[in-house]
Amino acid sequence: MASRTVAKDIITLRGSAAIVSEFFGYAANSILYNRGVYPEESFAKVKKYGLPMLLTQDEGVKSFITNLTAQLSEWLESGKLQRVVMVIMSKATNEVLERWNFSIETDSEVVEKSVSREKSDREIMREIQAIMRQVASSITYLPCLDEPCVFDVLAYTDKDVAVPFTWIESDPKLIANPQMVKLHSFDTKIHKVDTLVSYKNDEWDEQ
Amino acid sequence: MDSFIPNRSAMDFDYAHYMLTEGRKTKEDQTPCSSPAKEAYRKLLAETLNMNRTRILAFKNKPPTPVEHFPSGNSIASAHPAKSAKLRRHIPQSSERTLDAPDLVDDFYLNLLDWGSGNVLAIALANTVYLWDASDSSTSELVTVDDENGPITSVSWAPDGRHIAIGLNNSEVQLWDSTSNRQLRTMRGCHRSRVGSMAWNSHILTTGGMDGQIVNNDVRIRSHVVETYRGHQQEVCGLKWSASGQQLASGGNDNLVHIWDRSMASSNSPTQWLHRLEDHTSAVKALAWCSFQSNLLATGGGGGDRTIKFWNTHTGACLNSVDTGSQVCSLLWSKNERELLSSHGFTQNQLTLWKYPSMVKMTELTGHTSRVLYMAQSPDGCTVASAAGDETLRFWNVFGAPEVAKAAPKANNEPFSQLNRIR
Repeated sequence: MASRTVAKDIITLRGSAAIVSEFFGYAANSILYNRGVYPEESFAKVKKYGLPMLLTQDEGVKSFITNLTAQLSEWLESGKLQRVVMVIMSKATNEVLERWNFSIETDSEVVEKSVSREKSDREIMREIQAIMRQVASSITYLPCLDEPCVFDVLAYTDKDVAVPFTWIESDPKLIANPQMVKLHSFDTKIHKVDTLVSYKNDEWDEQ
Repeated sequence: MDSFIPNRSAMDFDYAHYMLTEGRKTKEDQTPCSSPAKEAYRKLLAETLNMNRTRILAFKNKPPTPVEHFPSGNSIASAHPAKSAKLRRHIPQSSERTLDAPDLVDDFYLNLLDWGSGNVLAIALANTVYLWDASDSSTSELVTVDDENGPITSVSWAPDGRHIAIGLNNSEVQLWDSTSNRQLRTMRGCHRSRVGSMAWNSHILTTGGMDGQIVNNDVRIRSHVVETYRGHQQEVCGLKWSASGQQLASGGNDNLVHIWDRSMASSNSPTQWLHRLEDHTSAVKALAWCSFQSNLLATGGGGGDRTIKFWNTHTGACLNSVDTGSQVCSLLWSKNERELLSSHGFTQNQLTLWKYPSMVKMTELTGHTSRVLYMAQSPDGCTVASAAGDETLRFWNVFGAPEVAKAAPKANNEPFSQLNRIR
């Protein structure tokens, strides 16, 4: 019994990459749902991280996110992923309205010497849960997206990665003079993920 | 913060970098003194400092663009000029029309006013339901019930704008066809006392009683009771379905708000609530689902509470609470703007227009001399009718000019039209 508990707390590079890429999948779905980028009816409820989470049922969006998390997982395992950014843009003007920034710090010793670290699943889940709660409650302060929007995901990688066939280089899609709110972080002891949302200032409130 | 702990990952170095290099570039390009040499130097500098450390990648194939689901999404092209016009919108401070409403029952727990999608306003005055047609300002009487059955305790238009449900003090619910002035059916036996609140979800009429029961009635079938929701101990005075028809919000005299999920409903046993919200300290009649954010609900508390609260109905989290200083009788979201209208009791008996989410008071409309019990919004979303204990019905042009209304196609005003298209 005791040995089993210990075994469970060991985290490998591969396991950490799986947790982090899965987190991105759920976070992307949650943002798309909570920010109303796709209609509410296109999401179905599942239980995850001890919370009701919503997952898109739209085949196009689903496969986009699946392909994304698969590629992210690969980069996470090689320790070459620095940051993932989800941008929400106006469909009409392509203006960037919101930028969800997930910065990743990788423990280079784990990648180079393939050692493992110790942290319980439970604790990691608790940290992720806190972030998901913050995403869901972000609608209180984020300006309403009252026009049709589209999204895109940017991956910041080390310069030495080979660009996969299905990917292209992109500009950073920044927001001029944004408001920023930092959310909770989580740490698998191998990958540390910091979340920050930046958004365009609400014109009415400025007056 | 008591100490400054630099956290690199929390800062957006992207943005800093952009301001130092790219942001300046546009300015430089405009000035004539920008020489090719300077530009080359800038590029070299950028490369040495940072540029070669990161590569920014995105998928070649973009995610599918969402199908349009915004009620006002049809006017994207004119969105920008309209935006500046919005800020200067004039909100008339007095009502544009006042009608007498003699014998209007001054009872906080009832719902006696509704404006249907056919642009006809229904109001119950004691034992009689009157219909006021907003397109030609004509009034007609729909029905007068017997003294022993009345008074009427709630009225609610079906989404088609033709059929109307009438809740009675004797616990019955009648269904009427307003075009032929004919009663279609009476539904009995779902409640033990008066029916003060009702809400439609396509062919389902949800009724809330003084007995604390909430019942889903399928108006098409003989045994009409299809689901019951048990959770309130006292009178149910507020009932609203979300625009998608997925979630039902109910408010009661027991200070509780419940969120019920359609998918959790079962016909065999009473349905369990999805969320029980216990933060209000007085009866909750005012409920309003946000028109532009699908899982956002606003609720208003009665005399002992006086707050408007905002909820994420997906998680059950209270997002904000604002003390209004007076009883909240009714709440309406603007269909065109990010604004919320609340109606109040003692001391001002006013309507307050709030900017959302900042909750800055945009204006207060006074004129009623007793608490403003009921509000209803015209199908075009521009005009609001309010009925108060002073036995008057007032019309306010509070949510914008009628020109905007003409631009919006009428079909969008029906709450479930979107759902019908999808299925």
